[in-house]
Amino acid sequence: MFFKAENYRHPAFMEAVRDLAPQVPGVAAWGLMTGVAMVNSGLSVFEAIAMTLFVYAGSSQLAALPLIVAGAPAWVILATGFCVNLRFMVFSLHLRKYLMHLPRLERMLLGYLTADMSYAMFTRRFENPSDDPSDQRAQAASLAGNTFLVWTSWIVASLLGIFLANIIPTSWGLGFAGTLCLVGILCSLASTRMRIFAAGVAAATAIAAYHLPLKLNIVLAIGVAVILSMSLERFGKTRKGQAA
Amino acid sequence: MNLMEGTDVWTLAVIIGLAGVTVLTRSLFFFSSEEWSLPDWAQRGLQYAPIAAMAAVVLPEVLMQQGQFLHTWMDARWMGAAVGAAVYFWRRDVLLTIVAGMLAYLPLHLVMGW
Repeated sequence: MFFKAENYRHPAFMEAVRDLAPQVPGVAAWGLMTGVAMVNSGLSVFEAIAMTLFVYAGSSQLAALPLIVAGAPAWVILATGFCVNLRFMVFSLHLRKYLMHLPRLERMLLGYLTADMSYAMFTRRFENPSDDPSDQRAQAASLAGNTFLVWTSWIVASLLGIFLANIIPTSWGLGFAGTLCLVGILCSLASTRMRIFAAGVAAATAIAAYHLPLKLNIVLAIGVAVILSMSLERFGKTRKGQAA
Repeated sequence: MNLMEGTDVWTLAVIIGLAGVTVLTRSLFFFSSEEWSLPDWAQRGLQYAPIAAMAAVVLPEVLMQQGQFLHTWMDARWMGAAVGAAVYFWRRDVLLTIVAGMLAYLPLHLVMGW
């Protein structure tokens, strides 16, 4: 962790901080807008601060806001957050080999702090895990430096956004910036034709089933999109197999 | 400013629950010290869930008005989102996506009243 001397005194810590520095404005702008969006959507300042400090997951925070405001049942909100966060499970599966040498609590804390930006930058810097203890220490120190900078930028910007939100009238529609953040993440996930297909199916299902109670249209849309995409993928493979 | 004003226990409980979801999803595979991995089908299915969840949350927000599919093209939200998406695919930068989308959205929303 970043408060451990063996991490912050390691040269890999500062190297990661320098590597991540160009990403700070983007992280901060997104954090600021998330702070504004939380208060503008109707959360109290205390609730928004609690959400910033504990949830620490911009996309699931923004996805949860309209549901909280609409008074959706808690399990629907948590299920939506879980689905939006599913990509993190893939990250933690991937990073397992890098961090398994650390004590359980420490690797879980590092995992908790590793969001999209940190994951992308860390795996770009270290393409493979290592069996060598000194490499392993350097990698842990690097991820500690990386998450330290991203966490600090995000938290400071979000808190600033929470306090600025009170002088920015909601009628200006600045909360739309939160939707635009999600649009940006949606686009960044659209990396293959199959994923674009999945997004199209999910959107069509969510709109068609909009009037289902409990915001069930979102859970239904995810289920339909995953099943159709997997089937199409398998169908494509079978066709290719027959052609060969 | 009163920090606690408008705070309710249900919302706080949901926030704590969401924090639990963050811990669960980000740290799940760091908990066990055993050697194991996900079955193939689950791994394949998982890669579609994030984009499906995102699309299911965002697109109704942008393409619908009061529970109805937009019946006019004069709506600032879909235009802002479209400009944002176009800029994302042009520059691959979430910050520029937000700035461009807001620059398209705000005049339409504030001046035109769309």
